[in-house]
Amino acid sequence: MTLDEKTRGDFPILDRIVNGHRLVYLDSAASSQRPRTVIEAMSQYYATSHANVHRSIHTLGEEATALYEAARDRVQRFIGATSREEVVFTRGTTDGLNLVADALGRTLRPGDEILLTDMEHHSNIIPWQMAARDRGVVIRSVPVTAAGQLDLAAFERLLGPRTRVLALAHVSNVLGTINPVAALSAQARRVGAVTVVDGAQAAPHLPLDIAALGCDFYVFSSHKMLGPTGIGILWGRRAALEALEPTRGGGEMIKEVWIDRARWNDLPWRFEPGTPPIAEAVGLHAAIEYLEKLGMEHVAEHERALARQTVEVLRAIPGVTVYGPPADVDRGAVVSFSVEGLHPHDVAALLDQEGVAVRAGHHCAQPLMRCLGLTGTARASFSVYTSPEDVSILAHALAALRTQL
Amino acid sequence: VTAAARAGLYSDTIRERWRQPRYRGELPGATAQAEDVNPLCGDRVRLMLSLRDGAVDAVRFTGDSCAICTASADVTAELAEGRPVAEAARLTTEDVLAVLQADIRPTRMRCVTLPVSVLQKALAP
Repeated sequence: MTLDEKTRGDFPILDRIVNGHRLVYLDSAASSQRPRTVIEAMSQYYATSHANVHRSIHTLGEEATALYEAARDRVQRFIGATSREEVVFTRGTTDGLNLVADALGRTLRPGDEILLTDMEHHSNIIPWQMAARDRGVVIRSVPVTAAGQLDLAAFERLLGPRTRVLALAHVSNVLGTINPVAALSAQARRVGAVTVVDGAQAAPHLPLDIAALGCDFYVFSSHKMLGPTGIGILWGRRAALEALEPTRGGGEMIKEVWIDRARWNDLPWRFEPGTPPIAEAVGLHAAIEYLEKLGMEHVAEHERALARQTVEVLRAIPGVTVYGPPADVDRGAVVSFSVEGLHPHDVAALLDQEGVAVRAGHHCAQPLMRCLGLTGTARASFSVYTSPEDVSILAHALAALRTQL
Repeated sequence: VTAAARAGLYSDTIRERWRQPRYRGELPGATAQAEDVNPLCGDRVRLMLSLRDGAVDAVRFTGDSCAICTASADVTAELAEGRPVAEAARLTTEDVLAVLQADIRPTRMRCVTLPVSVLQKALAP
């Protein structure tokens, strides 16, 4: 039984009829759908156990705290982190990147360099621009080759003694390129730079072994991996987290407070001011449980096959151009394409009339679009419930598209 | 059911204006111009106008945009051309929608409003 056959019945939203057709959801890279177990875990939590966490000395408070902290343990195991202290809950990938950039930014001096890549999502560009602004910090960027991969020779040239931060995506949200994070972060370490990885498009799709990646920070979102919106994870190597001053204050992140000073709490709570997303942590826990039951190796294999199929069938359609790494190179669960003579938004709108949901536009990666010489692309992306038939329906609809406008 | 709703997202007017826009091109000697982008999609529209004796003598547009935005730019140019400047500056999205006769959903409304706002910017005193 294929993974989609095994999981399809678990996702109630996939029964929806859209514009008279069965929903073909190919926008999981933007946000995945949730299995019933996630939805039920959250409503069960609200129905039976909700209270604020940590300082509520009553039964519900204890239950809520236990559930919230159990989610952290589950995340730790899921990503292969050495300790639970290294797992900080955020509001999502964007929030996590902002947290790291803000805190690291305060340690930067004039002339220091931040090295990005041309394939970054705006979330991994703007926070660094903000960190560099007014500090005389220079932003550099690794170019992307015609084959949709990082130009590693240029990387070696750009990485230098002034590089303090390397920030890059594990998997490109447009091209699907899987970047060699372990090799790059090892090189960054040699020049004394900290590596920050945007794992938004990797964590939901590839088995993760954080320790083996060798980076210092790794950030991802729950809502792209079958969990709820509103919660994300910032993993930081313990020493790297310890070295960061918190930049957001409030309850929970302190040990002792006087009117003019305070002592910070231990990790990970030091970076979690205010009431955290508790129900969302419960939902995320259920999502990880679901993914682990399927096995991340199987998830990765299923989505690799879908990506291969998509590249193959789309390339065969006259007028369709597929972007990203060559067919024989592994890619993440996204395939970007364009249709000759049609704007990507019109492609998406026309596909929607057939019940097919794809993303279109610049995918929050305008620098990359500029490199490719495009205003935007259409993008099909996958998750555990995506079937080969979904891809066939997309191809069929695409083939008929050019005559429609 | 209105005519617009019956026409769907891509009305005949939108298809026709997308395939063969009447006002697309450069306007050498333009005396007013403006350009803007739609942050949602990165679409870009530039309007060039030549103003003479208090009236809009000619309008052309360039840019990179979807069918709806291109059609809106084409209709905006058509509606503005030949009008007194003050009147052209008062053109609204509703005026353009009345010509497009399409069922524009909220997510695509910015595609229609972009050329209208560029016109207003070009004619702002």
